Amino acid sequence: MGLKKKVKKTDVMTLVFVILGFSMALFIAGPIIKLLFSSSLGTLQTALLEKTVYISILMTAYSAAFATVIGLIFGVPLAYLMARKNFFGKRIVEGLIDIPVVIPHSAAGIALLFVFGSRFLAGRFFKILGVSFFNSIAGVIIAMLFVSIPFLLNAAREGFESVDVRLEKVARTLGASSWQTFFRISLPLAWRSILSGCIMMWARGASEFGAVLVLAYHVNFFGNYACVTPILVADRFNSFGLEYARPVTAIVIFISLAVFILLRIFLRRRKAK
Amino acid sequence: MIEISGLKVDLGNFALRDIDLQIERGEYFIVLGPTGAGKSVLLEAIAGLYPVLEGKIIIDGRDITELSPEKRNIGIVYQDYSLFPHMSAAENIAFGLKVRKTPGKKIKEKIDYIAAMTHIEDLLERKPDTLSGGEKQKIALARALVTDPDILLLDEPLSALDPSTREKMRYLLEELHRELKVTVIHVTHDFEEAAVLGDRVTVIKSGVIVQTGSPDYIMRHPKTEFVADFALTRNVFKGKVKKKDGDYAEIDVSGATIRVLTDKKEDVMLSLRPEEIILSRNKFISTARNCLKGIVLEISNRGSYSYITVSAGQDFVCMVTNTALDELELKKNDEAWIVFKASAVHVF
Repeated sequence: MGLKKKVKKTDVMTLVFVILGFSMALFIAGPIIKLLFSSSLGTLQTALLEKTVYISILMTAYSAAFATVIGLIFGVPLAYLMARKNFFGKRIVEGLIDIPVVIPHSAAGIALLFVFGSRFLAGRFFKILGVSFFNSIAGVIIAMLFVSIPFLLNAAREGFESVDVRLEKVARTLGASSWQTFFRISLPLAWRSILSGCIMMWARGASEFGAVLVLAYHVNFFGNYACVTPILVADRFNSFGLEYARPVTAIVIFISLAVFILLRIFLRRRKAK
Repeated sequence: MIEISGLKVDLGNFALRDIDLQIERGEYFIVLGPTGAGKSVLLEAIAGLYPVLEGKIIIDGRDITELSPEKRNIGIVYQDYSLFPHMSAAENIAFGLKVRKTPGKKIKEKIDYIAAMTHIEDLLERKPDTLSGGEKQKIALARALVTDPDILLLDEPLSALDPSTREKMRYLLEELHRELKVTVIHVTHDFEEAAVLGDRVTVIKSGVIVQTGSPDYIMRHPKTEFVADFALTRNVFKGKVKKKDGDYAEIDVSGATIRVLTDKKEDVMLSLRPEEIILSRNKFISTARNCLKGIVLEISNRGSYSYITVSAGQDFVCMVTNTALDELELKKNDEAWIVFKASAVHVF
């Protein structure tokens, strides 16, 4: 009797959770599926062959990838330090890392202008090197870097934290220097998390709107003027309405999903090996 | 010779202090103590994995206190094996040789030799996650030994193994130590393990060395109540000298009087090993100075032998083989006599 009652109670709870959870999943999937299937292949092809569209997509993918590479070079060492060392101000750095996620991204763009604008310190320094950030591809990249770096930093940090510190200790006693230990033990073992962080960072960077809008609305990309795809989508919607914006949006979602799914499959295969 | 003098390691809320040890080359040295005593920290400080605040570590006249871990030539094996999960067993073993830029042919020769020594020839191509605990431990040992370390540090190497694997691994450790003549510092909280394997034992508590000596000496002459307890002495009593008679003294241990050999005159501690007590159904005349009548309180069977607790003013724990126990036909609440020599009692 008691057991029957218990099973019944659990079942009701599971049922409620399934309904609530499924509604949430549907909320995420619904708009995406609807958009993907609402445009005919012909319309999508036409949109994709439009120069403004494909240049915008290429520029967005390129800038997000560039930002991710910078994130890897500078972010992975920081993530390793955060995972392994205790130092004065560590908590402050921890908080700093998450700030780009919580501030409005248009505000982030303005804040970046205050440092990288040609009248300000870092901007002046880079200008000497021939790099300008306002309305240039470099501006797109730093805007993307700023808003998406937390994804890579946090994933890499978790990756390094999941590597047993004793493995590094053993490697050192076996004769490996700290560099050798990092490249032969820590990095290969944290690599999956880092790669996953890279995907998230790239995807987040490629979908950035606010910070890029402020810093680099229209830029020269290898001789062609373009804006990042999220801005292109918003522009088309604002200027010409929903129908005109739909094909580009569908393409963007399709490409993002394809990259995301391919990399997840790749990661899963590596794990299985 | 390994000389550790005045070693201090500070870990914020815990510190190792005044560690002085001299370990002979080729010795099997045990660091014994409870969890949190600082045994593993001592091991890692020797390996260079914890910075030393004060003191020196000298190996054969070479001061290694400030050297980075990779320059010390000290191998370490942890309780959880710590095998590199992304490498096969052979790659794990080869790691130390590769980072030392050993030629490929030499690496193969060395791996073959150490694999034969540790009986892992069939496991070399396997990944760690396909191996049992005992197999992983053998590979961890092979990995540490293949670089010919000056010292092999073992951090509770048998604790995570099941009893039968533990026994085999114990033999393997003895065999490797005998064959390779490597100096071993082995950390454990198990006195029996220390007694079987160790040439000498140091007992450590709260970051401080309490006593160092052969397992037998520590067992029979514990310096403190803590050491007596840890060396499984089982009978440790607080007492007062009641009467002196030449070399002998009568000690009152609240409830019983025990005759011992001592020149102490005040409050004392007594320790008496369970195997030093003879258990009898009847009183018998012998040269032993202590013969006490009591009641059997508890019989704890340990397989081939039993611990019998007899209340004779104080609770005395005796050890008898189960064959002897069957012959005595002793049961709980039976009357029994315990007999032991005055010289069997250690006074401190």
